[in-house]
Amino acid sequence: MDTQTDALRVIENATCTFCGCVCDDMVLKVQGDRIVEAKNACVLGKAWFLNHHPEERPVAVVKGKPASLDEAVEQAAEILVNARYPVVYGLSDTTCEAQRVAVAIADWIGGCVDTTTSVCHGPSGMAFQGVGEVTCSLGEVKNRADLIVFWGCNPAESHPRHMTRYSTMPRGLFVPKGRKDRTVVLVDVRRTKTAPAADIFLQIKPRKDFEALWALRALIKGVPVDPKLEEETGITLTQWQDLAERLKSCKFGVLFFGMGLSMTRGKHLNVEAALALARDLNQFTKFYIKPMRGHGNVTGADNVVSWQTGYPFGVNLARGYPRFNPGEYTTADLLARGEADAALIVASDPLANFSQPAREHLLRIPYVALDPKETPTTRHATVAFTTAPYGISVAGTVYRMDDVPIRLRPALPSPYPSDEEVLRRLERRIRQLLGIGSETGTLISGQP
Amino acid sequence: MVTKADVQTFRNLNAETWQCIGMAQTFVLIAGRTSRQGTTLNESKFGSEYLEETQTLWMHVQDLAALGVEPGARVRVRSAWGQAEVVAQADKRGELPRGLVFIAYGDASSRLMGADTHGTGMPDSKGIDVIIEPLHTK
Repeated sequence: MDTQTDALRVIENATCTFCGCVCDDMVLKVQGDRIVEAKNACVLGKAWFLNHHPEERPVAVVKGKPASLDEAVEQAAEILVNARYPVVYGLSDTTCEAQRVAVAIADWIGGCVDTTTSVCHGPSGMAFQGVGEVTCSLGEVKNRADLIVFWGCNPAESHPRHMTRYSTMPRGLFVPKGRKDRTVVLVDVRRTKTAPAADIFLQIKPRKDFEALWALRALIKGVPVDPKLEEETGITLTQWQDLAERLKSCKFGVLFFGMGLSMTRGKHLNVEAALALARDLNQFTKFYIKPMRGHGNVTGADNVVSWQTGYPFGVNLARGYPRFNPGEYTTADLLARGEADAALIVASDPLANFSQPAREHLLRIPYVALDPKETPTTRHATVAFTTAPYGISVAGTVYRMDDVPIRLRPALPSPYPSDEEVLRRLERRIRQLLGIGSETGTLISGQP
Repeated sequence: MVTKADVQTFRNLNAETWQCIGMAQTFVLIAGRTSRQGTTLNESKFGSEYLEETQTLWMHVQDLAALGVEPGARVRVRSAWGQAEVVAQADKRGELPRGLVFIAYGDASSRLMGADTHGTGMPDSKGIDVIIEPLHTK
């Protein structure tokens, strides 16, 4: 074998883009065309880095047959230009640079642009607009927080390094003893793997978060609460009173909430209650609240779509200006109601996680998919592009769950183009078909 | 097409009613991330480990016994919006109280979600009422 490709290379400070923690302290050892070791990575990060190896798939597939990149771009552009109500969806597992080109495409074709946020923390995004978010960075949490509340989330399994790197374990400037200087509370319907890491575990009844959060709001303000709260929530009034006192008396508290709030009946109203509680607590102490974001750059998707359209997800651009309406312009609804007649799906897999009516409609319409891996969505796409994985083979910018942008340091070359490159080609061809700009004119983003 | 009235009727049927009509028992289903689901999806969503993880329903050991289901047996899970056939396993870690069942995100959990997002874009994916019935296969 080629000794050059067998030489061990070390990439320091690489970034893991599997989950919203976006840990940027990876030490990757690369041998040939594989990552053979991912030091500092958690179990999810190791699976992310060590399972990426040369694929034996064509760069593009059109109607089930291998195609060249140019042929596939042509077919994809035709599908999107000829659609009457297309949707551009996904975007949470790609770079911000690719995301902004996807938004441009949605704008040119007069479609909707929506991200996986809508089936994740979309309701949280609605709640932020209604209440506001008392926010801070994970660095502030590490250095200052003496009370951590996890509500409806399970970081031990979904964000394994959150507790060790950012929230419960690390020694910080004002919490020099690390874990010993902090109190950790978990509120959840299941006694998850996170429970052993908590000082206090409150096993709440399912679908009672709204009631519990409003009761806490009352308790911290000294408003009497009916003792029947125990019957309602499964937690005694004494336990809620104890938590309320801890919330008020901490020096720097943070509530991290997960999809236990946003995916359960009540959704944005559950999150609004949590946001309002955090806001109220600032009458007594410093208190913050952050959503636990899932995909590696879902926070970037929120940011990019927001600074390009003014709204974070579920945006309709059909009238030439952005309109925001979750439930109407969100992809789960557009598909389930049978409204969208074409789709561009970037780095996501709706055929694996949408409702059955939505999945059935997606299978009925022509759609284009970009993904480094073969998924149910790429397998059924009219046009499927194999792209290089971001963070492993593609540089760019991603946002950590606390809205901190982080630069990627790729470790491996890839024979496949990046999402950004495919989308730029597609955007250019769409403009040509629509007669917008010159044949070789500039993109909406100002780059050739 | 499932109507709102159908959904309400489903919710109004309690465990006792289901038992009386000899079908099954009602539970509250939570779908969520697991470490194994997260790691195996990096290998392949068509791989046996991912499929096994996303097609396994975890429930309290006493609930399993009450249903007359052996660990590892197949059951049918129905919600107001769909159904899925999965393998039932006993929760040995003590995560789940009685009446609560868990499944990792995947095809089966998606089949049980409703399409209605109540104006949010987010279908009900956690805290879904389901009934579970054993599948007696020869």
